[in-house]
Amino acid sequence: MFKLVRSIRRLSAQCRHHSHATVIGTEPNRSDPYFQENKAKMDELIDELQQKTGDAIRGGPEDAVKRHTARGKLLVKDRINRLVDEGSDVLELSALAAADMYKGQVPSAGIVTAIGKVHGRDCMIVANDATVKGGTYFPITVKKHLRAQSIAQECRLPCIYLVDSGGAHLPDQADVFPDREHFGRIFYNQANMSAEGIPQISVVMGSCTAGGAYIPSMSDESIIIKNQGTIFLAGPPLVKAATGESVSAEDLGGADLHCRQSGVTDHYALDDEHALHLARNVVANLNWNNDQRARVYSSKIEEPVHDIQDLHGIVGANIQRPFDIREVISRIVDGSRFHEFKQLYGDTLVCGFATLYGHPVGVIGNNGVLMSESALKGSHFIQLCAARKIPLVFLQNITGFMVGKDAEAGGIAKNGAKMVTAVSCFKGPKITVIVGGSFGAGNYGMCGRAYSPSFLFMWPNARISVMGGPQAATVLSLVAKEKAQREGKPWTDEDEKKVRGPLEAQFEKEGLPYYSTARLWDDGIVAPKDTRKIIGLSLSAALNAPFRESKFGIFRM
Amino acid sequence: MHYLRYLYRNSPLTTLQNNIRYNHAQIKEKVQRTQISKVLIANRGEIACRVMRTAKKLGVRTVAVYSDADRHAMHVEMADEAYHIGPAPSTQSYLNASKILEVAKKSNSQAIHPGYGFLSENVEFCEKCASEDIIFIGPPPSAIRDMGIKSTSKAIMSAAGVPIVRGYHGEDQNIERLKAEAQRIGFPLMIKAVRGGGGKGMRIAMTESDFLPQLESAKRESLKSFGDDNMLLEQYITDPRHVEVQVFADMHGNAVHLFERDCSVQRRHQKIIEEAPAPGLSEETRRALGEAAVRAAKAVGYVGAGTVEFILHRVTHEFHFMEMNTRLQVEHPITEMITGTDLVEWQLRVAAGEPLPVTQEDIVRNGHAVECRIYAEEPAAGFLPRAGTLHRLTQPIAEEFVRVETGVREGQEVSVHYDPMIAKLVVWGRDRTEALAKTKAKLTEYQVAGLETNVNFLLRLSGASAFVAGDVHTAFIPQHEAELFPKSDTVLNEDRAIQAALGHLLVSQAQLATNDSWKGISVPSTAFRPNYQLQKTVPLRFDEKDFTVTVQYTDVPNTYRVQVGDGEWRSVEAYLSSNDKGLRLNALIDDKISNIGLLTYEQQVHVYDETGQTVFVIPHPKFQAVSGSDPAAAANSASSPTPGVLERILVNKGDKVVKGQPLFVVIAMKMEYVVRSPRDGVVEAVAPFKQGDAVGKGTQVVMLEDQS
Repeated sequence: MFKLVRSIRRLSAQCRHHSHATVIGTEPNRSDPYFQENKAKMDELIDELQQKTGDAIRGGPEDAVKRHTARGKLLVKDRINRLVDEGSDVLELSALAAADMYKGQVPSAGIVTAIGKVHGRDCMIVANDATVKGGTYFPITVKKHLRAQSIAQECRLPCIYLVDSGGAHLPDQADVFPDREHFGRIFYNQANMSAEGIPQISVVMGSCTAGGAYIPSMSDESIIIKNQGTIFLAGPPLVKAATGESVSAEDLGGADLHCRQSGVTDHYALDDEHALHLARNVVANLNWNNDQRARVYSSKIEEPVHDIQDLHGIVGANIQRPFDIREVISRIVDGSRFHEFKQLYGDTLVCGFATLYGHPVGVIGNNGVLMSESALKGSHFIQLCAARKIPLVFLQNITGFMVGKDAEAGGIAKNGAKMVTAVSCFKGPKITVIVGGSFGAGNYGMCGRAYSPSFLFMWPNARISVMGGPQAATVLSLVAKEKAQREGKPWTDEDEKKVRGPLEAQFEKEGLPYYSTARLWDDGIVAPKDTRKIIGLSLSAALNAPFRESKFGIFRM
Repeated sequence: MHYLRYLYRNSPLTTLQNNIRYNHAQIKEKVQRTQISKVLIANRGEIACRVMRTAKKLGVRTVAVYSDADRHAMHVEMADEAYHIGPAPSTQSYLNASKILEVAKKSNSQAIHPGYGFLSENVEFCEKCASEDIIFIGPPPSAIRDMGIKSTSKAIMSAAGVPIVRGYHGEDQNIERLKAEAQRIGFPLMIKAVRGGGGKGMRIAMTESDFLPQLESAKRESLKSFGDDNMLLEQYITDPRHVEVQVFADMHGNAVHLFERDCSVQRRHQKIIEEAPAPGLSEETRRALGEAAVRAAKAVGYVGAGTVEFILHRVTHEFHFMEMNTRLQVEHPITEMITGTDLVEWQLRVAAGEPLPVTQEDIVRNGHAVECRIYAEEPAAGFLPRAGTLHRLTQPIAEEFVRVETGVREGQEVSVHYDPMIAKLVVWGRDRTEALAKTKAKLTEYQVAGLETNVNFLLRLSGASAFVAGDVHTAFIPQHEAELFPKSDTVLNEDRAIQAALGHLLVSQAQLATNDSWKGISVPSTAFRPNYQLQKTVPLRFDEKDFTVTVQYTDVPNTYRVQVGDGEWRSVEAYLSSNDKGLRLNALIDDKISNIGLLTYEQQVHVYDETGQTVFVIPHPKFQAVSGSDPAAAANSASSPTPGVLERILVNKGDKVVKGQPLFVVIAMKMEYVVRSPRDGVVEAVAPFKQGDAVGKGTQVVMLEDQS
């Protein structure tokens, strides 16, 4: 009897492992010129992406890097590599933040944010790069720091701050200091995360002056490096000016003072390596219970059947060239298995169930403009996933909702609104990857940045704007033409060009993924081939938090 | 008796033994038969385990004895019963005859198997057993005595027509007499303790002037080891071979030999590699050796297992009797392998009064066997023994033609109190070439961490050209020093460094595996970084020299770019796998794919290939190396731990102080606080306090010179 029960269990386990979902996707014809052209274009984009990333992670100017290492300090990427478990994956976010801003002088916005494993626990690491403008906070630096904290708070990730910063970048103080989402928010977040039981850990590896002094002071546990880390509200020059007192930085706020007298820091480190070792020990002692145990669905993970590298040739660089989103899905999900929902209805939106590294996910992808039916189907599917506690993956390639008389009469506005409601109110993990265009309300319905996806990434071929550049130019030139006609002025082709030209150029520039990622509209640009891994790591991070219940607003019927 | 006979018929015997018919005609009823249903093994380690295996096979219950050091030893665990007999030093435990006899009686053991070493050749013990009516599994006391005293044994042998070397075995131990005898015999000359063995109390005088100092040295050692400093002198045959014959005799007057073993290659006068049969002997010599050995055994009325040792001239193959070991020897398994016998089984039967199960004609030689003794020792440091914990121990898996005789397990100690042998690797092949090839292959399967071993040395030895050619003799190791201790050993092999560095990274990575399964998602770790590749620097130490290996991950799975030191960047493909031999690393470097064994233990990474073990160390980070990460150690001053009154200042400016040295004393709340130096250093200044001054908590009293 017992044996029988066991064998049934085994059989059912097998059924779970090898779901009956259909294997989707096709093998491309790799010698097809169209495929090859696509591939060549995408390869170029990837080269550019790697080039730019390589430049960014090198940090500040060479002399600053030399000065930094000459003092026995590790570079920020080496600090992170030593902090995380040997050989583990690191999901670095927004490496190209502030790219082409601030005259290109603030690579990665002077701060590295990354999710990495320390003693097997996912942690949010926020690390200043002192080789970049002394690790000072530019407006985008603040934004990046806050974004990392918001991910940590939502995903319940312990935060480790590797502090080495001169504080606010003073010339930018108006855009750094006063507002709600400015510098002060860092400490507000620390206090509230600590209150929620999300550990806050600081490693003082350099200066923590003025406001910066609150980062270790607001932490649950902090570490400081002898002859290197300092914490004070006012540095020696300011003290001299204020009180006439002459004091060295080390005596004013060094490791000995803070570990032996003030009690501002808890652990005394001799060098970077020691401090990071201590930080690992702190994490090991968090008793960070992963008690919201979910079901383990599968022990053996099936890799996708189709080669993910083929996405280059399938997708290409021209967003005007359509591709079947199922080819993308088939290269991301386990075993390329996809249980499609309502395949024959509203077919411009592809919805279905799959597993990603063993975990069930609901996938929503675009295969054309959103129609009323597509929106209804999407809304239905999102509710299904909410009810079943299944995270969502959005693969965005959308020019928008359908326009025109028929569409409006068909209630595209209210049907689109249903999808926007569903996306807004879905509180489980949702991960968005913009794999092509992201235009207009399509961005909303497909979980754009405003819809608080847990993570949002872009492919290097993607474009994002309220509408396409030519469309915007047409709208504006029509308005200008009408105005000219009202005023009885002539409207020449030359005039048309004058209006269209700069606008199209502006849209093209602002629609680029690099423009987006520089401003933290996303969490980073990712290569198509890394997409499975990136979504997996994002989902893994998001699953540290319990799956939140969704309560939906009124769906206008 | 019926019991044993029943056992004999039903015991699972080797093929060869099945062909040997039990010889009823030989039974002589006058010999008293005793049923042995329980045997005490007065030994430890591999031999105790080996005896127990046969006893268990025959249905005989086993009793172990153990010292404090062996409470959890393998032989204790294996026995049906085990008794504690004393502290770790063997003089108080395994050599404690009366205690062992007491245990034998208490446990109702009918017999004691002494193994080798310890009490195995102790006449008094043997006699005590007899007087307590307990069977001593070995020869009668008279035989031990006759053979134990070298001078007596030579005389008996000479009388029995066994060839002996020129020598002096007289009782007159007057120095002048010895000197005269030495001159008569000639040099080089061997000085040997009469009661000696295992190389103890043995010296060689190459010339006459060497004689007196060597004699004194030998006497001192003998006195210490055997409580007796009587010496014998013998003609010393330069670089002879050491060939010994296994003999077996019963109480019915039967004696046979089981061919010879060659144990010529020795270090510190102790064997490390043995083989059977001896290479290069003619059948005639072989027969002559066997017959001489049987004559020797018969001459002393020998019973049980014994070994007659000869020295054999390398060229002429002329041989001389050296001594007889009246016990089962360490290397007996190679004889068992080539004759298909179980000598411990014979020992038990013969001790019970049974006749030998075979006659000389029944014993057939088959193939070739080699035994390697795996020792915890450091060959490069003069084979100095090592003791400590075997933190990791992977051995070859025993199979039909491979025996692994061991008495220790991973995690156990190789104690300073006993022989540092970890195991015996015994391999059989159809001929010598095959046996040596298999031996080498099996040796590479040894993976040991925690202790240095002689495995690499054995590998080089068994592959040395002269050894392969069978040109073995007792001076083999010094003569082939260059080949056996190659300089290349201390030269960094870049491929191995790459294997070690990648192995270290991949093992760490594999250990991360899938501890996310609680979340229902398991993203395998690949050291992924978005849009760039992780570059890791692995610091390694080899032969006391530090260097780094830089590993750059690439887009292609399992493919890395690797640079050793400032060397060239090389592309390497590598992945881990594991099998019953442990962890393997498959690495493609240039055009060569190598599949090597890998072991990581604490700060060590071991690479195992055809040359054996190469150990790399990952040095501790600076903060641990410098101070053991104790922040106090970095302090530049010593301050009062409490508010109180300064009682005394014990150092002055400029004094050198060591960590823990008292610096000053503070009295507070009736307590005396001695403040000690936080580290080694020099006193830079002493605060201007005097006795009786009040000091606050944290008041710095003694400042040390800044080190940082």
